[in-house]
Amino acid sequence: MAYGEKLIDHYENPRNIGSLDKNATDVGTGLVGAPACGDVMKLQIKVNAAGVIEDAKFKTFGCGSAIASSSLVTEWVKGKTVDEAETIKNTQIAQHLALPPVKIHCSVLAEDAIKAAIADYRRKTGKAAPAAAAASEPAKVAAE
Amino acid sequence: MATKATEPTKSAVTRNIPLPIYLDYQATTPTDPRVFGAMLPYFTTKFGNPHSRSHSFGWESEEAVETARGQVAALIGASDKEIIFTSGATESNNLAIKGVGRFYKDRRNEIVTVVTEHKCVLDACRHLEQEEGFKVTYLAVQKNGLIDLNHLREAVTDKTALVSVMAVNNEIGVIQPLKEIAAIAHEKGAFFHTDAAQAAGKIPLDVEAMGIDLMSISGHKIYGPKGIGALYVRRKPRVRLHALIHGGGQERGMRSGTVPTPLVVGLGKACEIAKNEMGTDNERIRALSDRLYNGITKQLKDIVLNGDRDHRFPGNLNLSFSYVEGESLMMGIRDIAVSSGSACTSASLEPSYVLRALGVEEEMAHTSIRFGIGRMTTEAEIDYAIETVVKHVKKLREMSPLWEMVQEGIDLKSIQWSEH
Ligand SMILES: Cc1ncc(COP(=O)(O)O)c(C=O)c1O
Ligand code: FES
Repeated sequence: MAYGEKLIDHYENPRNIGSLDKNATDVGTGLVGAPACGDVMKLQIKVNAAGVIEDAKFKTFGCGSAIASSSLVTEWVKGKTVDEAETIKNTQIAQHLALPPVKIHCSVLAEDAIKAAIADYRRKTGKAAPAAAAASEPAKVAAE
Repeated sequence: MATKATEPTKSAVTRNIPLPIYLDYQATTPTDPRVFGAMLPYFTTKFGNPHSRSHSFGWESEEAVETARGQVAALIGASDKEIIFTSGATESNNLAIKGVGRFYKDRRNEIVTVVTEHKCVLDACRHLEQEEGFKVTYLAVQKNGLIDLNHLREAVTDKTALVSVMAVNNEIGVIQPLKEIAAIAHEKGAFFHTDAAQAAGKIPLDVEAMGIDLMSISGHKIYGPKGIGALYVRRKPRVRLHALIHGGGQERGMRSGTVPTPLVVGLGKACEIAKNEMGTDNERIRALSDRLYNGITKQLKDIVLNGDRDHRFPGNLNLSFSYVEGESLMMGIRDIAVSSGSACTSASLEPSYVLRALGVEEEMAHTSIRFGIGRMTTEAEIDYAIETVVKHVKKLREMSPLWEMVQEGIDLKSIQWSEH
């Protein structure tokens, strides 16, 4: 299989690899997937007082598409509010990286990871999700 | 837009190695130039139909086919008349299993095989089981990939027509105890078939000394052409079988169709070379295999060799790189052609059934890479592979949440994973 250029770039120069302090209250951690399935993603966000994601880090065990998807998502969420970040869709990731159909689940995992990180952050801070606001307002994630 | 092979990296350039490097000799092998040379005249000037009896074009072609038959027979200690040419090991396996099964079905309708066989053996057996009323026993393997002979003894009955066990496994390279298996089959009057696609020309095989009744051979696994293979069918005592392909009655009625002279000549030549050079080939391959294994394990921990350490063909090194997913590693080392047991490389997204059969945990199966070393592999290529693999495994482990957890002392089994 030949890989797309953007995918190769994210795989070879992954952005934001690393870890944040998972015990800090302003850090939300999402851990999704399972070793037995061949893919595990850990995605962390650090949120400031204004609700904006200041930093994001990831570590991924998975194929090149999974690594690239998580790398891309960390780039996208930085500077967004938590609510904006929550609207990121796997289809946007798949489209940006030109993932072939068998690799769509890798982008689904990245969407799940960001959702899980946000949920963790909300649980820690006691901030509930805004009622149905997310669905109506898709974030401008296609910007490059 | 898509990029194919990578730019040659600096170290490869300085070492002057052409990239990409081929380390996938179980998938197929290049045709040896000597084999190709032997084949050429039979495409152009010596193109006769080997079954034409009325002119010299035919006679010349027939003679070449018979010479090749002798070369194949000599490699495995058989006699010429016991060699049937087929299109490859897939056909040979189908012919052996379905052919023998159907011929003896009235008296014996049971077949014994192993879960780690090649798909074509398993599928042929599955067909007989589901469509034709056979009983098939699929033996499990031990952790090292070898069958337990006691289990085999329990599985073979006086209703067993055929025991089919491969010689060398294509994924992990382990060598099954053929002679012992044959003896157990024969105790109950069953025939013993072995799929030797990965074994012929690689390890010494002697149908007489080992008691093998049928053996499948593939041309393209032994530096011969693709699309040609052979089935050895014992004549004393005679093994009988139903043909799969009917027509002109070629190959003693067991395989109709014009015998493809150039391909057959190529297979014969490949067998001859393999017989003459097996010793020196294997010495080199073993040294390269040890070099690769030692080079990697000296610099990386948590590497697991899949399959028995001793009973193996050294040209197959199947390694699990714990906490690094196989396909991502293949992407990193993509100027080295290897294959992976990882799910992600297959359409099915299931990890290798062979590794699973060994009891390799799924997460470890996802981290496996098969390195295939062969006649054309050089030391410089192995050194390049070591350097590249080590570099990328280190990088991917730094990126791996599993590696991080394990370094922090977290037991991965204690975590509630969200399986999907
Ligand atoms: C063990 C084994 N059996 C059978 C085959 C099929 O061989 P062929 O490609 O000649 O049909 C292969 C090759 O993929 C193999 O490795
Ligand atoms: S993580 Fe398995 S295919 Fe991408």
